[in-house]
Amino acid sequence: MATVDIRGVRKTYAGLAFETIKGIDCAIADGEFLVMLGPSGCGKSTLLRMVAGLERITSGDIAIDGRVVNELEPKDRNIAMVFQNYALYPHMNVYGNMSYGLRIQKLPKAEIDRRVREAAAILELSDFLFRKPRALSGGQRQRVAMGRAIVREPSVFLFDEPLSNLDAKLRTQMRVEIKRLQQRLGTTSLYVTHDQVEAMTLADRLMVMKDGIAEQIGTPLEVYRNPASVFVAGFIGSPAMNFLPGRVTADGGAVELTGGVRLATQLTGGLAGGEDVTVGVRPEHLAPAANGAAAPSGNEVQVAVDLIEALGADTVVHSRLDGTEDRLLARLPGSVTVTPGMTLTLTVEPGALQLFDKATGRSLSARS
Amino acid sequence: MQKRVTFNSRTLPYLLVAPQILITLLFFIWPAIQAVGQSFQREDPFGLRTAFVWFDNYIRLFGDPFYYHSIQITLVFSLLVTLLSMGVALFLATMADRVIRGATGYKTLLIAPYAIAPVIAGVLWLFMFQPTIGIVAYMLDQLGYDWNYHVHGNEAMMLVILAAAWKQISYNFLFFLAGLQAIPKSLIEAAAIDGASPTRRFWTIIFPLLSPTTFFLLVVNIVYAFFDTFGIIDAVTSGGPGSPGATNILVYKVYSDGFVGLDLGGSSAQSVVLMIIVIALTVVQFRYIERRVHY
Repeated sequence: MATVDIRGVRKTYAGLAFETIKGIDCAIADGEFLVMLGPSGCGKSTLLRMVAGLERITSGDIAIDGRVVNELEPKDRNIAMVFQNYALYPHMNVYGNMSYGLRIQKLPKAEIDRRVREAAAILELSDFLFRKPRALSGGQRQRVAMGRAIVREPSVFLFDEPLSNLDAKLRTQMRVEIKRLQQRLGTTSLYVTHDQVEAMTLADRLMVMKDGIAEQIGTPLEVYRNPASVFVAGFIGSPAMNFLPGRVTADGGAVELTGGVRLATQLTGGLAGGEDVTVGVRPEHLAPAANGAAAPSGNEVQVAVDLIEALGADTVVHSRLDGTEDRLLARLPGSVTVTPGMTLTLTVEPGALQLFDKATGRSLSARS
Repeated sequence: MQKRVTFNSRTLPYLLVAPQILITLLFFIWPAIQAVGQSFQREDPFGLRTAFVWFDNYIRLFGDPFYYHSIQITLVFSLLVTLLSMGVALFLATMADRVIRGATGYKTLLIAPYAIAPVIAGVLWLFMFQPTIGIVAYMLDQLGYDWNYHVHGNEAMMLVILAAAWKQISYNFLFFLAGLQAIPKSLIEAAAIDGASPTRRFWTIIFPLLSPTTFFLLVVNIVYAFFDTFGIIDAVTSGGPGSPGATNILVYKVYSDGFVGLDLGGSSAQSVVLMIIVIALTVVQFRYIERRVHY
């Protein structure tokens, strides 16, 4: 059990002109499950490897349980790591893989045996203890990698995209297993992934990263409801959020979209009339307007449907904002009948609009 | 799926492999058959009379204490050459694997000796250790050591072992380096997190994973030490000093008995024995490679 403190951490690789990690601060509480999410090359794995001690920290501090570990070897940090390719020792059987670290610690044989068998039981590996990794399926190998981490009883688990080599079905299954395991063991965990569904479901808190910067740190719902930037808003949620160019009206009570449609919003307080903004609205926050609705109520848009994806429970509607080239995606209940070519009136759920600074991409919610 | 290249003409494929088959027949198969034939014959030194003597050459060979002596020193020589060249190569490969800057330069320098002909390599070492003009011999002399491999059999043996091993290091180095680079970095990192010291990581993770490479090189090196070191022996010691020759390994004995001693029948019998040894080694190697474990 431990806390992890990341304080002003920066990383520049030798020979590279730019910083890979540009100053990240994050305090991870004891027992917390923090997921670092971001696209390839955003520095999330580098940050994890710095916590593990596999990469040197250029500046800043990383402390585990209050003790700065910058200069400590990986083995002295009391961490365990699960690698993307599992990194199982191919010449050792499952038992050998799981007990390797314990044998190095020179634990008594009986204790090693107890821990390995206990972990194997939890992970349903008891029948495979004396098989070599190559005789195991992908999911089983993944569990051995987890087992190797568990038996060491570390204070922090580090996961480096542990599920990305599995097929979709197995990934969903293992995701649940990891979550259950972490809740059971209560071990502080840092988890790196580029899969937003994995991140949302596993995380107590999310760190959304881009270009070596933590764009936002918060609970999955906070990040979903109040994304700090266009990047975060677009990265979290599927299908992705719609972004439309807009302008704050003179009275400041609404935004005007390209086609002249006005949408009422509370968020513009403090914004000068006429200011250009990016308007964000999630596909799931659009609903078909009731038939024969009265005059535009300030939360309706007309769209021209050009493609539909019927998923059964939902129907994803691809459309254009009437009279413009701005694209709009809507996720409607499967019961609604929509056909390509028709014009549809959609209602925006009140309070669902997000406004972003057009220049910086930062959320304007904070300003109001 | 593999695409098969097909020839329209029936003769073209045969024509294309003909040069290789011709060379093999002319320089390998034919001499081999000749050697087997000659090993059953006895010829006078002038080649005027030939008599068919059945297994007489073999019987004499295996009753000859000099032959057993040669087998003995061949085993010692091969074992030491193999251990030395593989050991040094593995050490250099682990070092080179860690080098990031200027890696190509190191590798090129380490591989260079492989391009040197055995005789040249022998002469190179000869010049360094020559009792009267060699720089190393001079230094040994300064230290009060009486170095003279023309007289001392053990010193001669040591010198040819050094020269032979040195030449083979490059080859072994290449294979070991490739083997090392095929080991995923994350395995080493996982072991580091598991608390293994660098030495322990080497012996418990890296070395076992290199074992297919090591085995392959073991066979190749033994074959090398048995057969390809002729040039070095010839240039440095000519099988001597003394009698029985302190460095008169099997392959050199074939030459000295046959072409110096003009006992063509006995020499051929020795060739056939060597041929059986190399066939056996090759079979071991092929069978192992077929069953080789791929991690």
